[in-house]
Amino acid sequence: MEIPYTIQARPDTGLYNAKLGIWLFLASEVMLFGGLFSAYVLLRVGAPDGYWPHGWLNVTLGTVNTLILALSAITTLLAWVACKTGQFGRFKIFHACTLALALSFLCVKMYEYHDKWIHYEIQLTDGRIADGHLVSQNAQEVVIEGRYVSDEKDLYDLRAQKNIPRDEIKIERSLIKRMENYGPWHHTYLAIYFTLTGLHALHIFAGSLVIGYLWGPGSRMYRKNPEQFTNRVEVSGLFWHFVDLVWIFLFPVLYLT
Amino acid sequence: MSELVHNFPPHGEPDRDHGHGHHEHEHHDPGFWRGCIFSSDHKIIGIQYGLTALGFMLFGFFLMLLMRWQIAHPGQAVPFLGPLLEKVLGQMAAGGAISPDLYNSFGAMHGTIMVFLGVVPLAFAAFGNYVVPLMIGAPDMAFPRINMASYHAFFFGGVVMLVSFFIPGGAAQAGWTSYSPLATTIPTNGQAFWLIGMVLLITSSLLGAVNFIATIIQLRAPGMTWMRLPFFVWAQFVTAFILLLAFPPLEAAGVMQLMDNLAHTSFFLPTGLAIGGHLANISGGGSPLLWQHLFWFLGHPEVYVLILPAMGIVAEVIANNTRKPLWGYKSLVNSVLFVGFLSFIVWAHHMYLTGMGQKIATFFQATTMIISIPSVIILTCLFLSLWGGSIRINTPMLFVLGFLPMFGIGGLTGLPLGLAASDLYLHDTYYIIAHFHYVVAPGTIFALFAGVYFWFPKMTGRMMNEFWGRVHFWGSLVFMNLVFMPMFAQGIKGMLRRMSDGAVNYSAARVPNAIDALPGTVMELNTWILWAAVALGLAQIPFIVNLFWSIGHGEKVKNDNPWDATTLDWQTPTPPPHGNFAHAPHIVRGPYEYSQPGHDTDFTPQNEPDAPAIAPKVSPVPAAP
Repeated sequence: MEIPYTIQARPDTGLYNAKLGIWLFLASEVMLFGGLFSAYVLLRVGAPDGYWPHGWLNVTLGTVNTLILALSAITTLLAWVACKTGQFGRFKIFHACTLALALSFLCVKMYEYHDKWIHYEIQLTDGRIADGHLVSQNAQEVVIEGRYVSDEKDLYDLRAQKNIPRDEIKIERSLIKRMENYGPWHHTYLAIYFTLTGLHALHIFAGSLVIGYLWGPGSRMYRKNPEQFTNRVEVSGLFWHFVDLVWIFLFPVLYLT
Repeated sequence: MSELVHNFPPHGEPDRDHGHGHHEHEHHDPGFWRGCIFSSDHKIIGIQYGLTALGFMLFGFFLMLLMRWQIAHPGQAVPFLGPLLEKVLGQMAAGGAISPDLYNSFGAMHGTIMVFLGVVPLAFAAFGNYVVPLMIGAPDMAFPRINMASYHAFFFGGVVMLVSFFIPGGAAQAGWTSYSPLATTIPTNGQAFWLIGMVLLITSSLLGAVNFIATIIQLRAPGMTWMRLPFFVWAQFVTAFILLLAFPPLEAAGVMQLMDNLAHTSFFLPTGLAIGGHLANISGGGSPLLWQHLFWFLGHPEVYVLILPAMGIVAEVIANNTRKPLWGYKSLVNSVLFVGFLSFIVWAHHMYLTGMGQKIATFFQATTMIISIPSVIILTCLFLSLWGGSIRINTPMLFVLGFLPMFGIGGLTGLPLGLAASDLYLHDTYYIIAHFHYVVAPGTIFALFAGVYFWFPKMTGRMMNEFWGRVHFWGSLVFMNLVFMPMFAQGIKGMLRRMSDGAVNYSAARVPNAIDALPGTVMELNTWILWAAVALGLAQIPFIVNLFWSIGHGEKVKNDNPWDATTLDWQTPTPPPHGNFAHAPHIVRGPYEYSQPGHDTDFTPQNEPDAPAIAPKVSPVPAAP
């Protein structure tokens, strides 16, 4: 038994099965991220005045990651073109670049997550708030690198605040009323940030696995059946472009506004 | 169009001389594991889905029986099963009685299991998998291995759901709708299990939906144009699109609620939320309405996922047993497409009571009224198809004839719920329960029974017993109505759903002076419903026995096409081998050419070539008088 149109396109639709399948899958992905983006909109609109954070993320790192993904989209396209024109060596080179770029994206992302993880807001018993990155802590005291503010609201809009001081602050445990890091539990903005970018990073990871397979052991298929192999590269490339496109929406929504 | 048809390369198996007796030499016996558990054949997967879903439906039915006992006899030990419950579930069923917590988890899991593990897998995945590739003349689904993965994801989702009964704190208790903040504040991990199970089930549905759409678009046999597709295929096609586009937002919502439950975020938890009299230690700022919007964005299209495949089955059985073409095939197709589209913009009619505002309610009221138009067109076409037919009465046809009025009752009683003014009163009463059960239980499930009796001969080569089939039908019809009809009365009197004491606390006997306390007649109905439900359960025994007994002992089919049907699923060997067709089918006509003048038989299969020109005309057209 052979299933028709696994490799050749069906004349009236102009598509082979897997290409139609990936487009349908991407449609469902649009709805998945659409659900999360609509959650972002509702949470942001529902936040009380002055309590939606601005400028909490590092725009430079975000820009770097945007460029990384844009570049990887180009190398993905070139890898497919190389397959299509029968230049297997070039395919290997371009998709090696794609994998390296994907890996660097994930590294930057990990650094950003870590930066939030060690960032603490510490409410003191005297009403002041200490905010900064953890340096060290023990049973008696906590040392952070940051600043004091008197009103929590000062922590929300960082866009206009230039040169935020990063002094080393020692705080005794007995003075601490509440101490919490900038994890997803800290604010709904961080919740949606971690969920959206986490899900996106999972997609990057899954895409790298597929591309890694096609680049490594899966590339043996090229010798036996170059046409089917090229189709696979195309389908995985479509997925990769979609994941890039999601980031193009994530970057302005989370970093720039 | 015909040029295009001729340009198609024929599907595999070019050898036209082989009858179906010749298939053994290429048909290796794959063994139990490859053949039954890890099979990628769409027919095996369809049967896997079907049996698993029937099992889950029976389980969900037992949960319901236990709840009905608790409603009729609150706090009393369950007869027979009580000691077992206590042994298995411990404190939740102390003394063999169902505690309020256990009642809540049974309620939540009954809904979840019936919808996501029972009806959808049976209607969409089981029948869709088995029948759709046969009907369009395809050798298999477009992605057989993804098909297998889809079943396995479904199976594991079901296992996760079942396991959650046995964890400390028990299964999810926040209803099948899992409204936040309730779903996050109940102290059990059952909700996390529920969410993980749902993510698996959603994944399974998405894989299935992609597969179905790709199969229907890509693998139609030469000549199978869109308007030659049987209505069942159209219904499955639209259902697949609904699943594809409506499920992911619930997956997003599920991920967010999982974050709320496990990472202590506040997506759905508002500022100032108090639990047990204490301010909750959360960041707040979330929106409980957001959950409801995302849930019902799936939840309402899901209703059409439940009903459209059922309508497809009904259409096939009606055309086959009235021995005439379906009335208004084009209207049916257009209506089903319109229903599919509109089902995405009616969801908030489930939320009139949640304070989203009059203007939004008015919009959704309008769309809800509009969607009833194509639904009524579909039902009208099916009714009119009966007109003037010489109807063959058999078990599938009886179930279909039962479906039509029962679904009608379910649909019409939905109208007062679609209008905000009357919904505010009826919301969350037993009226709702009666309404949607009429749509799904004697509606969809009757159609599914019809489908089982109808396609059983193709799956096994044997007929199911007709006499016991009729016993099953009449018992189900009578007791379904005895179970659900009284609930309309209870709901109109104001009896609320989800009360573990069966509303005793609101009865006139308990609070004699209260205004509008529930009268004794309403309370007595609880007992009646319990015994009707038990009888409904007994009425399923003939079906269960019949199903398994007939596999080995049923009457053998007289040929490959025992119902004298026109569609391609009956033009295959019985049961169809791997690859389905003995000859690559070429389709030359529409799906319902019954009783065409000028043919020897009263049915003309879709792939039967036009009568050759050499056949002499026996009786020329009589001259005009």
